[in-house]
Amino acid sequence: MPEHTFRVNGEQVTVNVAGDVRLLWVLRDILGITGPKYGCGINVCKACTSHINGKAVNPCAIPVADLQPTDEVTTIEGLPATVGKDLHPMQQAWLDHDVAQCGYCQPGQIMAAVALVRRAAAEGRGITDADLDGLRNICRCGTYSRIREAIKAGAENM
Amino acid sequence: MTGSHDGGLNEAIGRRRFLGYVVAAPTLVVAAELGLTPAPDVRLPTPELTELLDLNDMMTAAALPTSGLISVEVNRDGTVSFALPRAEVGQGITTSTAMLIAEEMAVPLERVRVTLANARPELVFNQLTGGSNTTIATYVPIRVAAAIARLRLLAAAATELGSAVTDLTLKAGVIANRSGGSVDIGALAEKAASTRTQQVSVELTARENFTVIGRPHNRIDARDAVTGRKKFAMDLDVPDAKPTMVCRPPTINGKVGSVANLAEVRAMPGVTDVVTISTGVAVRAETFGQCIDAVRALRVSWKAGTAEGKSDETVLRKLEAAELPLGLKPLTPTVEGKFTFYFRSNSALEPNCAIADVRAGRAEIWSALKSPLVAKQAIAAKLGLPVGSVTVHVTEGGGSFGRKLFFDAALEAAEVSQRIGKPVKLMWHRADDSRQGRTHPMATSRVRAAYLGNTVLSYKQRHTSVSTDLGHGLGEIITAMAARLPVGDIGFSQTFFHLSQAMSYNFGAGSQLLSETDKSFNTGSMRNVYSPDVTCARELIVDQLAARMGKDPYRFRHDFLRDDRSRAVLAKVAEVGAWGRSMPAGTAQGIAFHAEYKAVSAVLVEIDCRPGTVNRPIRDGVAGPRVTKVVIAVDVGLAVNPRGLEAQMMGCAMDGIALALTSSLHLRDGYFLEASWDNYFYTRQWNTPPELQIVVMPSTSEEPGGAGELGVAASMAAVACAYGRATGTMPTSFPINHGTLSFTPKPTVPPIPPSPTDGLNHAR
Repeated sequence: MPEHTFRVNGEQVTVNVAGDVRLLWVLRDILGITGPKYGCGINVCKACTSHINGKAVNPCAIPVADLQPTDEVTTIEGLPATVGKDLHPMQQAWLDHDVAQCGYCQPGQIMAAVALVRRAAAEGRGITDADLDGLRNICRCGTYSRIREAIKAGAENM
Repeated sequence: MTGSHDGGLNEAIGRRRFLGYVVAAPTLVVAAELGLTPAPDVRLPTPELTELLDLNDMMTAAALPTSGLISVEVNRDGTVSFALPRAEVGQGITTSTAMLIAEEMAVPLERVRVTLANARPELVFNQLTGGSNTTIATYVPIRVAAAIARLRLLAAAATELGSAVTDLTLKAGVIANRSGGSVDIGALAEKAASTRTQQVSVELTARENFTVIGRPHNRIDARDAVTGRKKFAMDLDVPDAKPTMVCRPPTINGKVGSVANLAEVRAMPGVTDVVTISTGVAVRAETFGQCIDAVRALRVSWKAGTAEGKSDETVLRKLEAAELPLGLKPLTPTVEGKFTFYFRSNSALEPNCAIADVRAGRAEIWSALKSPLVAKQAIAAKLGLPVGSVTVHVTEGGGSFGRKLFFDAALEAAEVSQRIGKPVKLMWHRADDSRQGRTHPMATSRVRAAYLGNTVLSYKQRHTSVSTDLGHGLGEIITAMAARLPVGDIGFSQTFFHLSQAMSYNFGAGSQLLSETDKSFNTGSMRNVYSPDVTCARELIVDQLAARMGKDPYRFRHDFLRDDRSRAVLAKVAEVGAWGRSMPAGTAQGIAFHAEYKAVSAVLVEIDCRPGTVNRPIRDGVAGPRVTKVVIAVDVGLAVNPRGLEAQMMGCAMDGIALALTSSLHLRDGYFLEASWDNYFYTRQWNTPPELQIVVMPSTSEEPGGAGELGVAASMAAVACAYGRATGTMPTSFPINHGTLSFTPKPTVPPIPPSPTDGLNHAR
């Protein structure tokens, strides 16, 4: 079985698995990192949204063989450490606005929100309503309004 | 109903005084009977059955003679534990339950640990999560148990501190006397315990003294949710329970004929087992990714399903054939309408899933189950095991919307585990969940209202629906109770329909009847069940009646609503939403009302139907009219957690928008075309109203009403009414975009799509 080496939440990991197994299943079924959720498996619902080298990706659509040893995968579990705190400002905003209902989509929502704010910042601008309309993460509980409020608040503290 | 109490143990003895128990245990355990609620207020029969007894009264009353005890435990570390015999699927009942305990025990909310109870057969009918009944049914018993704990702790502290109980105060989990002595309740957990079970009477905190109930609280599981620590069924680490998926038929409920390449698929990377089961061909592998590949590789010949050849058009004709007559048309003027509601999916974001470990003579199941008792019985029967040999753990659910009233995945996981003799972690692919999962049945609603001058003389509604499967325990409650209702010999669903549909307007004589047909589909209750469709049809006709009488839609409703509480929520949304303000052509307001679950709700929306908005570009999605503002006012009697109630109303608004405008299943050739969240258009961020305001009305009752589903019906209706006013035509088919197929259907063979490989190209 081929070995694949990359970084997850600050640690170097090596897994023995076929190279075409998607990263989502390597994280969940092999490494036991269950924050990223399955919602569709075809990069549509965005419940598994995580970061690779700081950018939002969907691990359900990434063969593990595509990763390089230096690639840094960050899941919701590793997000607080990226700012050296117990909670990332976006997670704190989520708590302040009591966003989660069932909570299943929320790790992906938060990871997408953080990447969105970074992207806007890199473009030298703030978050717009058009940015928020463009988020594709589905929430079947319908927490969208609180998500929008939390992203605006979280962005203030990032 | 009132005579059904069991020997008086359940009865309130005087105002706010109730009986409960101290249970023999090493640390303090107190308990109360779950059926312990004030008896429903039963009046003489009237034509309006909901006035006699609503669905919640039935669900509450059904448990009275048979319910077991629920218990609150005080732990040595000063925390308080309670195993809630209900399912938390996002509706916030673990938080509201913790609030009830915190209130009566005077402990901080953070010290209360609420978990979900395993299936407890002794609870009989009383472990079903549905009908927005949880808080209604548990409000009194949980507080009684907590109040007894408080009494016992105070008594133990009196001994410990050498003070009279009357000199003690309990605050924030610490009991103090007047001379500065204090003790934490954790230190009293053993001292307050009892060696024998004894009955205790207790007085509950008066509402005017509440400090926790009725104030907004954030969810107790929020931190776990935002850090990824919250565990759903598929996140549990059950030894050797490996990923398992099922290759499913191309049409609804098709059966396996033969499999051409079993050996080949068994030899695929990671695959441990492949076995034919009653619903398809199950694959167990080291990862779900390898399950997906194996399912796609299977070459199966399929037998016909239960809906072979059926389509939207054939079902519509069948519904027409089953419609009950509206009777002779009166001589007075009438308003009539016929409305069609297509199939909709109650698929949650967490798909159907369960872990099963079936060994010789026993089975253990983990799944988010709203009817764990029925699941336990059904699984035992399927496996040929005694009911007592099946343990059913209720896990936190990733949404339900009615879907988790059933236990399709748990039954399937048990079957696979038994067949292969290994534990399995079984999950449905999204495509399966959408195509083979349960649906809200397609329905039509015919309405006729007769009027003369400024009086509505009669209102008749004939709702005709594909059969709704209620075989998840709610049906059993109704079976048990039906004989005690003055409704004669009618079936479950008709009873359910009558109990849930109040006639809130003074519309003279009338009747609302349900007829059902066609049991070939996998159906179930979907959030708010019949009410969104029935209410949507009614409110559209109400707008027509108002127009005929030359009245404003708000003023008309206000004039015809039956009571002050109803008028108050309607007036509130009109005020907050600035009803009647001037708006550009192609945009409009809509207003609607709905009463259910001992609660009332009103919704005002504004919609933009201008071409520039409707045709705005959305990749792989539906734009359509945009709801730009939603205002909701609700009166649920006593709101235990107003912040949680607001959250539920927000979700109800998103559901209502989807039901009116975008979300439906298309039936063709015996299967549903939708296989993805980019096919089934539930509300997304680009459909979300930029303005949302929710008003929780001041409490009008000592008792809480239901909230989890309350806002869906009026939201859907208000959107439909606004759309009608903006476009100048009354919509009659829902969702309004159903006639346009906005996606390319995925193949049915293989039944699930391939996993993409280009994820890194989309990093952003």
